[in-house]
Amino acid sequence: MKQNIIPILMPKWGLTMEEGQVNEWLVTEGAEISVGDEIIEVETDKISGVVEATDAGLLRRCIAETDTFYPVKSLLGVLADSSVLDSEIETFIEAYEIPDSEEDDTEESIPQYLFTEVDGLRVRYADRGSGDSVVLLLHGFGGDLDNWLFNLDALADKHRVLALDLPGHGESGKTIPEPSISGLAKFVGKFLEVVGVSSAHIIGHSMGGAITMQMVTECPESVKSLGLICSSGLGPDINSDYLQGFVDAQSRRELKPVLQQLFADESLVSRQLVDDVLKYKRLDGVDDVLRTLSAMLLSTTQTILSNKVIASGKPTLVLWGEQDSIIPVAHARNFSASGGSSVEIEIFNSAGHMVQMEKANDVNRRLLNFFS
Amino acid sequence: MARTISFKEAINEALDQEMTRDPSVIVMGEDSIGGTGSPGEDDAWGGPMGVTKGLYGKHGNRIMDTPLSESAYVGAAIGAAACGMRPVAELMFIDFLGVCFDQIYNQAAKFRYMFGGKAETPVVIRTMVGAGINAAAQHSQMLTAIFTHIPGLKIVCPSNPHDAKGLLIQSIRDNDPVIFCEHKSLYGVEDEVSEESYVIPFAEANVMRDGGDATIVAYGMMVGKAMDAAKNLAKEGVECDVIDLRTLSPIDMETVLESVENTGRLVVVDESNPRCSIASDVSAQVAQQAFKSLKAQIEMVTAPHTPVPFTTSLEDLYIPSAEQVADSVRKTFN
Repeated sequence: MKQNIIPILMPKWGLTMEEGQVNEWLVTEGAEISVGDEIIEVETDKISGVVEATDAGLLRRCIAETDTFYPVKSLLGVLADSSVLDSEIETFIEAYEIPDSEEDDTEESIPQYLFTEVDGLRVRYADRGSGDSVVLLLHGFGGDLDNWLFNLDALADKHRVLALDLPGHGESGKTIPEPSISGLAKFVGKFLEVVGVSSAHIIGHSMGGAITMQMVTECPESVKSLGLICSSGLGPDINSDYLQGFVDAQSRRELKPVLQQLFADESLVSRQLVDDVLKYKRLDGVDDVLRTLSAMLLSTTQTILSNKVIASGKPTLVLWGEQDSIIPVAHARNFSASGGSSVEIEIFNSAGHMVQMEKANDVNRRLLNFFS
Repeated sequence: MARTISFKEAINEALDQEMTRDPSVIVMGEDSIGGTGSPGEDDAWGGPMGVTKGLYGKHGNRIMDTPLSESAYVGAAIGAAACGMRPVAELMFIDFLGVCFDQIYNQAAKFRYMFGGKAETPVVIRTMVGAGINAAAQHSQMLTAIFTHIPGLKIVCPSNPHDAKGLLIQSIRDNDPVIFCEHKSLYGVEDEVSEESYVIPFAEANVMRDGGDATIVAYGMMVGKAMDAAKNLAKEGVECDVIDLRTLSPIDMETVLESVENTGRLVVVDESNPRCSIASDVSAQVAQQAFKSLKAQIEMVTAPHTPVPFTTSLEDLYIPSAEQVADSVRKTFN
């Protein structure tokens, strides 16, 4: 491959992704691209996202056509400086073949998910990247570790990243040993022991944020820093209609408008996303788990966990979607006003409760910056 | 944990998990244990297609080999259901259900109604349907419509392993008689299926593909043909909605109507004979309830009005093909 010709490829977001649809080019042929520029909008069966440039250069060719599906690692465009001849680029494009993923053994050797037992309960988790610096991701109520689909691999470039399905969620066992924020915090602490991690940057989304804060009380030595994304436990308000709607929804028709409340851009709720959540809700035991947890969340929203966090002096990053309709962004603003020097805050516009999906690139960049 | 298993294994797992969960679930049928001449051999065949293999070793006498008398053991299963058990009777081929029609449509289907809602009949009759393995005219029919006709019966016909497991678990937990139709050509099909138990509710069609230009409705083995047709049509620029009915009674017409109101074009694919079929039923309901949305005539793709031929070349012609489905969609644009 010629060094001065840089291909732009269809990304692979999560190991189940096989193809993506190119929705829109966000730049035009002939543009000078810098690292981090948003260049193409791609839609998968889970959600759509933006491909960012990983290299700088002159965009010589936009190959991918809009509204067309391309397999992962397909050639979407070409960067090359102006000294490269058009004919050389043509030759490169003609010669390009999608690498066979089975030959790509570095990727195939990483299992998508791992399983272990904590307190006798089966726990599914992902373990990516390597190094002494460990990041642990905790999803929210009704979610699972795939909520971090767009974050896991990006963070794993520089850190070892762990994400688990909390008890009763995803493919972990469908009971909750102790249905309280404190019980879940203790459980996560035990999970870290089981996987041999003494301390980690802990990032929690929504209910996962409350668990993260509670860990400062339950197992302070294991919390290096806190990332709180649209977190519960910072203020008294939570959208109880959402919680009840999520628990009660029995069909696609009932569930879709509930899930749309999670995003600023409702169109991100694809049929696949609704089907996946519905499949989870129909597993034996899940209904009981969700009813127990939602009752617990509604009865404990008055419990504000942030004072202990501030008192601990541990570095804390608060990220929020401006359009969050589940937990109001005002909670973040109030917290940052009272938080002192250890608290950083960033609010993203055009993002709702699932800000880590809707603004994945921004959230990843902000998190990586915070860890260093 | 989701892993890839076959349609046959998905059904076996559903039976195993429900027998483990609920002691009132029993399984009975011809050769259900093994049929090698002696009960108790855990590695015996396990039914005519090996679907119940291994269950005897785990659940002992709650799985029974019955005499070659469908009318006797289907009647026994229905009676046991009325007395509080949850029997799953396996009746090799739907073609043989004729000998126990009284038990099914005049007894099981009527108990709840005639006893003023005080009686329940939670029986499941598992049975093989459809053509494709040269089993000839008496072992290859798609008789789903005959049972759909009877109020009081629920008719299920899954198209893939994931649905087969969830629908069978729902069938066993359901308090009404269910005819559970397994297409014999699908037993080897593999798919991702959760290891955990789960249910798929009845009357919930599955939208397999969102297109917007035309609606293809299918069930059972025809779903695969409809999907193949939709993929080919997409290359011509025609994007189809593909709807898998999954259950025929109760039926989810809401999803079908919603789709047709958007596309204005309907092709119904049914492996059964054309007269008084699921295809004609769905077509009639759409013609009546969404007539103003239709931009073209409704097309039906079915088997011809003949018995199922034995000869491979004729059987291949008998079964609706993806190409016929695609052609019918094209006709709605003429």
